[in-house]
Amino acid sequence: MVALVIAEHDNASLKAVTLNTVTAASQCAAVSGSEVHVLVAGSGCGAVAEQAAKVAGVSKVLVADAPHFADGLAENVAEQILAVAGSYSHILAPASAYGKNILPRVAAKLDVAQISEITKVDSPDTFERPIYAGNAIATVQSTDSVKVITVRGTGFDAAAGEGGSAAVEAVSSVADSGKSTFVGRELAKSDRPELTGAKIVVSGGRGMGSGDNFKILEPLADKLGAAMGASRAAVDAGYVPNDWQVGQTGKIVAPTLYIAVGISGAIQHLAGMKDSKTIVAINKDPEAPIFSVADYGIVGDLFEVVPALVNELG
Amino acid sequence: MKVLVPVKRVVDYNVKVRVKSDGSGVDIANVKMSMNPFDEIALEEATRLKEGGKVTEIVAVTCGVTQAQETLRTGMAIGADRGILVETGAEIEPLGVAKVLKALADKEQPQLIILGKQAIDDDSNQTGQMLAALLGWPQATFASKVVLEDGKVTVTREVDGGLETVALSLPAIVTTDLRLNEPRYVTLPNIMKAKKKPLETIKPEDLGVDVTPRLKTLKVAEPAKRSAGIKVPDVATLVQKLRTEAKVI
Repeated sequence: MVALVIAEHDNASLKAVTLNTVTAASQCAAVSGSEVHVLVAGSGCGAVAEQAAKVAGVSKVLVADAPHFADGLAENVAEQILAVAGSYSHILAPASAYGKNILPRVAAKLDVAQISEITKVDSPDTFERPIYAGNAIATVQSTDSVKVITVRGTGFDAAAGEGGSAAVEAVSSVADSGKSTFVGRELAKSDRPELTGAKIVVSGGRGMGSGDNFKILEPLADKLGAAMGASRAAVDAGYVPNDWQVGQTGKIVAPTLYIAVGISGAIQHLAGMKDSKTIVAINKDPEAPIFSVADYGIVGDLFEVVPALVNELG
Repeated sequence: MKVLVPVKRVVDYNVKVRVKSDGSGVDIANVKMSMNPFDEIALEEATRLKEGGKVTEIVAVTCGVTQAQETLRTGMAIGADRGILVETGAEIEPLGVAKVLKALADKEQPQLIILGKQAIDDDSNQTGQMLAALLGWPQATFASKVVLEDGKVTVTREVDGGLETVALSLPAIVTTDLRLNEPRYVTLPNIMKAKKKPLETIKPEDLGVDVTPRLKTLKVAEPAKRSAGIKVPDVATLVQKLRTEAKVI
């Protein structure tokens, strides 16, 4: 069995979630003689290919380098994956905005089901995945010849980024589909760690009261080196941008420490953070559902508790 | 221009589902069913495009049981002009739904298909992309802004870390994210009007589509439960616990 991992990258470096996907791929192809290959489709992405070649457990890196792969357009990247899909038993991508956008196109063209957001590999054809916002875990067995899978990063440890020495092989690039064009990108500039990969996350909810009040969380996040997140209620109220959203329809995070401030704990939010190692909840309502999943709770006014916490951290 | 909007009948957003004790699935008997929230956003967007004079007809489509007619009626109360129910009691996976929709798109010839980005029951997030691939159309998933003009659609997408804008030639597929719009409340007069709009019922076989599932669900289980911890009296205790007990800071 040979599994193919689709690398997520920005043409300069590999996104960390690719490493978790490599681990899932290794578990899919866990019989002797199995291999894991990585496809890097990008433009001027040689550095990414070299980085992928060093990932432990990867035996070959395929590189498709062409201008029309620069911005990860689904139409082009999916065609490129299909062009190399050949005899792979498994094709995996991170269950990120990137992977979710591209991979179902590949599955449909191969006439196979996609298994979305797996959190566990039981055997090469059997996987676990959350459904109903994580309120149930389904174990599904694929009857298709090729398994097309997106991988929830928090379900798998990251493969070591060093130690591998895979061969790098250039593959011929498919033509530009010509049906979609990239117009532009507005990425939030932040010195904080990325939400999905952060060790500590500080999130605010509707209890913050306004977007301005989120500033009160900044010293706390700075002190802890944390990423900042939010509940859907806070995003819907327009306090913070949508890419801060933690939950069923936002980001799934599992940091070592998750601090929920003014978040009541709707099931859709819990779905996005309940696998965190330690959860702290700060809320003035002692009955808030968030306390039912929190390791440590403080009942109180967040506008007093948060500054006091910053002080206490020294 | 005609727009097709596929919708799905799902367990209501506010219902906390329970796993059946025999592990065969979740218990959806006697729970409130509603239209998938992302599909409501899709219908709202199509309706706004029609109100803005860019679209002439909106066709709502669903696959499912007889009661899914209610979901189509809701869709017609929001703004769809007619509905098509592809009736089946069997479970259909996203690939099967995409094949049904492809057959309908071949027949109806819409210039734009707007779908929800994911259904909140199986959380698959596949159908729109699969349909785009089967039709050979371009796609813009996770849309937060849709501008239709000059024979193309320009879509702002919610991606990790921010926003991205792509322009697609028509016909095209768009899937909706939460912030695209806020769906209107359905009014009683519109519900009454919707009852008079045409609703066609067909079977997957009529479309010549094989919707046999490819995945076998072996088991559905409760997720590992997190037990409630303790409430601490003050931040000093909290910091001390985080340092010495949890050892996370």
